[in-house]
Amino acid sequence: MMAAEELAPAPAGLQVMRPGRESTASWPLIDRAGYWLCWAAGIALCLIALAIVVFMFVKGISYLRPNLLVQSPAPSIQENQAGGFFDPIVGTLILTAIGIVIAAPIGVALAAWLSEYGRPAGLARAVESAVEIIAGVPSVVLAIFGLLIFSQSFLGFLSENAADGAVTGQSFITAGAIMALLALPLIVGAAREGLTQVPDRMREASYALGKTRATTIRRVLLPAIRPNIAGGVVLGMGRIVGDTAIVIILLGLTATKTEPVGSVPVFNVLRGTGSTLTSYVYYNSPAGEGNAHEKAYAAAFVLLMIVLALNFAVTRITGGRKKANGGGRLLLRRLRPGWSK
Amino acid sequence: MPAGAAHRSVRARLGGVGGDRRAERLLGALAVATLVLIAAMAVTVFIKAWPSFQANGLSWFGSGGNVDAQLRAMDEGMPLPGHSALYIRAWPLIWGTIITTIPAVLIALAVSTLAAIFLTEFAPDAVRRTLDPVIRLLAGVPSVVYGLIGILALAPLIENHLISEAQRTSVHFVVQLEGADLMLAIVILAVMITPIMVALIAAALASVPSAWKEGSAALGVNRWRTIVRVSLRTARPAIVAATVLATGRALGEAIMLSMVSGSRGFLANPLDGITFLYEPVRPLAATIAQESGGLTIGPMAHTLYAFAAVLLVSAALLSFAGWAAKQSLKRYGIRA
Repeated sequence: MMAAEELAPAPAGLQVMRPGRESTASWPLIDRAGYWLCWAAGIALCLIALAIVVFMFVKGISYLRPNLLVQSPAPSIQENQAGGFFDPIVGTLILTAIGIVIAAPIGVALAAWLSEYGRPAGLARAVESAVEIIAGVPSVVLAIFGLLIFSQSFLGFLSENAADGAVTGQSFITAGAIMALLALPLIVGAAREGLTQVPDRMREASYALGKTRATTIRRVLLPAIRPNIAGGVVLGMGRIVGDTAIVIILLGLTATKTEPVGSVPVFNVLRGTGSTLTSYVYYNSPAGEGNAHEKAYAAAFVLLMIVLALNFAVTRITGGRKKANGGGRLLLRRLRPGWSK
Repeated sequence: MPAGAAHRSVRARLGGVGGDRRAERLLGALAVATLVLIAAMAVTVFIKAWPSFQANGLSWFGSGGNVDAQLRAMDEGMPLPGHSALYIRAWPLIWGTIITTIPAVLIALAVSTLAAIFLTEFAPDAVRRTLDPVIRLLAGVPSVVYGLIGILALAPLIENHLISEAQRTSVHFVVQLEGADLMLAIVILAVMITPIMVALIAAALASVPSAWKEGSAALGVNRWRTIVRVSLRTARPAIVAATVLATGRALGEAIMLSMVSGSRGFLANPLDGITFLYEPVRPLAATIAQESGGLTIGPMAHTLYAFAAVLLVSAALLSFAGWAAKQSLKRYGIRA
C-alpha cells in the first residue's frame, strides 16, 4: 500500500505531461477491462460483507430478546420454552480465557526464542515449520487429536468421566488446550514481527549497560512489542471464538454446562462439558438436533457482534500504530519512557 | 562499582551468565516441546488410523458401494454383509473434498488477485479505508455463521428458483436435489478463503520496490501493463503461497461444509452438465465433524482417524509447498 501511495504522484516527468492521475482512456481495451474488473472485485467484496452484516442485523434484531441472553438453555421441543443462550455465552468466555492463558505465554516465549536465540539453527528452522504446520492443520484434525490424547486414562483428571469410568476427554480444559494450538501461530507470528521491527541498537544499548539477553528480552524487547502481542492475542481470540469443530468434538454438543460430581467448584466447571455460541448455533441449525432457527440467528448475531468487536480492537491496537509508525519511529518514542527508568 | 558487577557485565557481553543460559535452555525446551507435540500428533493419528488402511489396502482410496451406508454400518456396529467391520471405500468423500476445494480456490484466486491489485494500485484512499476493514470482517466471520446463512437463506433460494423440475427428474433415481449442494459449498468456501488471499497478495504487491514500477512507467508502459508485467510477476511466489495457504483452509473446513454441502456421500458427476452443480457432496473434514459422535466406537474411530491422517498429510504437503514457493521470493530480497 505504501508503494501505491508513492507511485501515484510520481514519476515527476510524467506529471508534467499528464497532470493528475494517468487516465485509462489511452489504454488498450483489454487493459481497461482489467482495470474495471479490479473495481468490480473490490466492490463485490464490499457488497458481500455488507449483505452479510445487514442480513445478520435484520435477523438478529428481529429474533434477539433480552431474556435470551440471561436464560439457560432448557431441554424442550417447544422453541419458546427451550430457554436462551446464557450458558453458551459463558462457555465462549471460559474457553477463550483458557485458550489465551495457555497460548499467550507459550507463543511469546517461542517467538522470543526464535528471534533472540534460535540456536542451533536447524532446530529453529524445525520449530518454525512446526508452528507453520500447526497453523495449517485443520481444526477438526486438531480436535480429534486432542480427543485421542486427553482420553488417555492418566489425563482423566482433566475431564468428566463416564459412569463406567471411561475417560471421555471432553471438558473445557481439554477443549481450551486445543484451542490454544489454534491461537498459538497467530501469537507467535505477531510477536516475531514485532521483534524484527525492534532496531538492533536497542539490544546493543541494553547489552552495553551490562544486561543479559534474558533481561534484555524481559525488560526491553517485550515491553516494546506489547502492542504486537496484544494484536496477536486478539486475533487468536477471534479464532477461538469462531471455531466450532473443536467445541463440538471436545466440549460435546450439550446445551448447558454440566458439572461432574466432586468437591472443587471452579475446577469442576472446567472439567465439565458445555457449549459455546458456535456450538449453540450449530446445534440449532438444520444440521444439528435442536433445529430452532430463530435462536440460531439470534446467537449467530451475538457471535458476529463479538467478532466485530474483536476486529475493531485489532484495528485499534495495530492500525493506530501503523499509521504513525513511519519506519519504527513511533516504536522508539514508545520505548523512551522505558529507557529513562 | 564493585568488581563483581564489572565482571558480570563482561560475561554478559560474551553471553554466558548462568541465568541467561538457564533462560535460553528453558525457552529452547519449550520450542522442542512444540516439535514433540507435532510429531506426537502425526504419530498418534497414524497409529490410530492404521487398522483402517490395513483392512482396506489401497482400495481405501477407491470407490465402491455407498460410503454413507458403510459409515452407518460402523456407527450401528453391524458390518455390511460379506465385509469386515472396517470396510470403507472413501473415494466419494475424497472427491467431495477435491471438487469443493479446487473450484473454490480458483474463484478465490481470480477475485483476490484483482481485489489485491485494486487495493494497492487503483482504490482511492476513501475506498481503501473501507475495503481494509471489510476484508478483515470477511476473514473474521465464524464458519458456523457462513454455514447458517448458507443453509437457512441461500439453500432455499437455490432449491426454489434455480433447480428446474427437469433437472430434478433427470437424476431423481440416483439422488434428490435439495438446495444444499456443491454450488453453494463452492461459493461460500470461495467467500471464506478470499479475504486471507487478498491480504497476503496485497502485502506482496505493496512490497514490490516502487523503483521497478517507476522504471516500467518511464519506458512508457501504462499502469495496467506495469502491474501485470512487473508487480504480479514479482509477487508470483507470494500468490502461489497464498493459494496454497487458502487451499489448506478449504481442505480443512468442516463445519460450514457439513451444513451446506448436502452431506451425502455422492459422487457428483461433472458429465451431468449444470445439474452437477446442484448435486450434494460430502467432504472428508465435514464427515469427521458429523460423525464425531461415533469416535467411541472402534471401527468408526479408526476410519475417522484415517480421514484425519489424509487431511494431515495434505496439510503438511501444502505447508511445504508454500514454504518452497516463498523461497524464490527471498531471491529478490522481498519479505512477504
